[in-house]
Amino acid sequence: MQASSALRESLVTGGKTVADVSQDISCQVENKPSRLWWMAFGTSLVLLIYGGYCCWMMLWHGIGMWGLNKTVGWAWDITNFVWWVGIGHAGTLISAILLLFRQRWRMSINRAAEAMTIFAVICALSFPAFHMGRLWLGFYWALPLPNAFGSLWVNFNSPLLWDVFAISTYFSVSLLFWYMGLIPDFAVIRDRAVRMGHMTRARVYNALSFGWDGAAKTWMRYESVALILAGLSTPLVLSVHTIVSMDFATSVIPGWHTTIFPPYFVAGAIFSGFAMVLTLLLVTRKVFKLEDYITIYHVELMNIIIIVTGSIVGVAYITELFIAWYGQVPAESYAFYNRVMGPYWWAYASMMTCNVISPQLFWIKKIRTNLVATFVLSIIVNIGMWFERFVIIVTSLHRDYVPSSWTMFHPTMYDIGQYLFTFGIFFTAFFLFAKFFPVINMAEVKSIIKSTSEKKNSSAH
Amino acid sequence: MASKENYLVGIFDDEDVLLHAVENIRDKGVKIKEVYSPFPVHGLDEALGYRRTRLPIAAFLFGMTGTITALSTQIWMLGFDWPMIIGGKNFFSIPPFIPVTFEFTVLLSAFGMAGTFLVVSDMKPYKWPRMYDNRSTDDKHVMAIDLGANKISKEEIRQILKSNGASEVNEKSF
Repeated sequence: MQASSALRESLVTGGKTVADVSQDISCQVENKPSRLWWMAFGTSLVLLIYGGYCCWMMLWHGIGMWGLNKTVGWAWDITNFVWWVGIGHAGTLISAILLLFRQRWRMSINRAAEAMTIFAVICALSFPAFHMGRLWLGFYWALPLPNAFGSLWVNFNSPLLWDVFAISTYFSVSLLFWYMGLIPDFAVIRDRAVRMGHMTRARVYNALSFGWDGAAKTWMRYESVALILAGLSTPLVLSVHTIVSMDFATSVIPGWHTTIFPPYFVAGAIFSGFAMVLTLLLVTRKVFKLEDYITIYHVELMNIIIIVTGSIVGVAYITELFIAWYGQVPAESYAFYNRVMGPYWWAYASMMTCNVISPQLFWIKKIRTNLVATFVLSIIVNIGMWFERFVIIVTSLHRDYVPSSWTMFHPTMYDIGQYLFTFGIFFTAFFLFAKFFPVINMAEVKSIIKSTSEKKNSSAH
Repeated sequence: MASKENYLVGIFDDEDVLLHAVENIRDKGVKIKEVYSPFPVHGLDEALGYRRTRLPIAAFLFGMTGTITALSTQIWMLGFDWPMIIGGKNFFSIPPFIPVTFEFTVLLSAFGMAGTFLVVSDMKPYKWPRMYDNRSTDDKHVMAIDLGANKISKEEIRQILKSNGASEVNEKSF
């Protein structure tokens, strides 16, 4: 039994019934896509094709096509990698951590957020893969497989190798979690197709649903699997960005080897992830007319998480500066002085404005319940989080120990092209998902309809 | 006719009505084959008298397999098979092996448990499930009663279903 509080706002508006949920969500899959969808999908394909050309050129000629030089050996490539991995974190936070905390508002947003996680991790994975220069050998070298050199094994002491395991496990387990959630909803579409006489569609969705029947015994096992997957995903998601931060934190580069990196990176990841969830959901909600399922209340709650994580990130920035001064290590102090006052001051200033100052606007209720303001701020936050990674990576490297090797980093069209390529992958995949898969978890929303839908519904029974 | 399985299928609109109905119907001595719902109904498994699932045990065993495999592989590779001097660090040291061990534990546990779930629930892509009433994935709760397994007459069961709130009672044979 579920008790509902009169103080809580309803999670589903418009007096929806259980049957309405099936109808509203499944019809998006069943109907022909709208013109708007074709336009959005077409734009993503253009990005994918242009980016694909740049990636091909880079594979053909090598990563010398990037703007790297002998001082700045890591730049956009790892910036984009960390940025995309971070974005992925919100999906797992919503589906796993909020499940463990029994937050029911996650139910209408978790499907799309998890899809975002998976596509973002694919985008992230493309960067280290391309960085290896020769993709095919890279995969072979990164895994502990027997080989003709001895066998010469991979170095398990290296955080870069931990990353291989962390990101690939994260990707596989997130995919599994997302797919498990989709199984009952595929069966809904299958049975609707049977009733409408579309047998081909019914067969396809039956295969996707693994022949789901919704028996009480299956549901019991299914719920147990979901709970344990949530329990496994929670430490997993925290470990992933912790390990990503160790790529920097275990090095000896001033500006990188700080102990606050793991929690600071995890908070930043959730911060940017929620911003991306908002960007995507505000569009999806409009295009697919899901205003009754993704309500202003949902948007407001996500904005509150943005304030919390944005403030944690702000505290981390200030702590870094304080420790750099208080630690009295000249190289470390200089790295931070250079970040704020050096030639990349504009990147640092953008980061501070976008990440620390702009989310504070959400303290005002009018702003955090305004969709246009939320949309604009969500994009600003993501720009800020990109600059955060750029600042950490490039400003710590470009002024090396020897002033004769001081330099600046200038991206080439291939750096930019590869970044656009990942946007192409991300949006193409997301629009395909939104067309062919149910964008809201129907089974979960149905289970809370009675207790959280507006009162109009309960009087109907 | 004898080889056919005959079922009485009760349709319920509301999960609370269903939950009481399951308890009352089982008290009357009617054996329920299974109940099909569009969403998980809390307490239904207990009302039907199902034993708690042992999938968490499977998850634990798969996880332990992952832990042992990952840890022993790393110790063997870097400690014994080809010790390498990397920054003067120990060949054999547990802390740097923990991240990979943790990830592999999670990986095996998650996929092992999900695989076990599919196997024990007999779910596969090429299987078409037996649907007593396919509205059970939309908004109805469907209770299937195997007439062959019950000694009580069909009409009596129909009466019991009706009096416990079933909105429809249909017959179905396979």
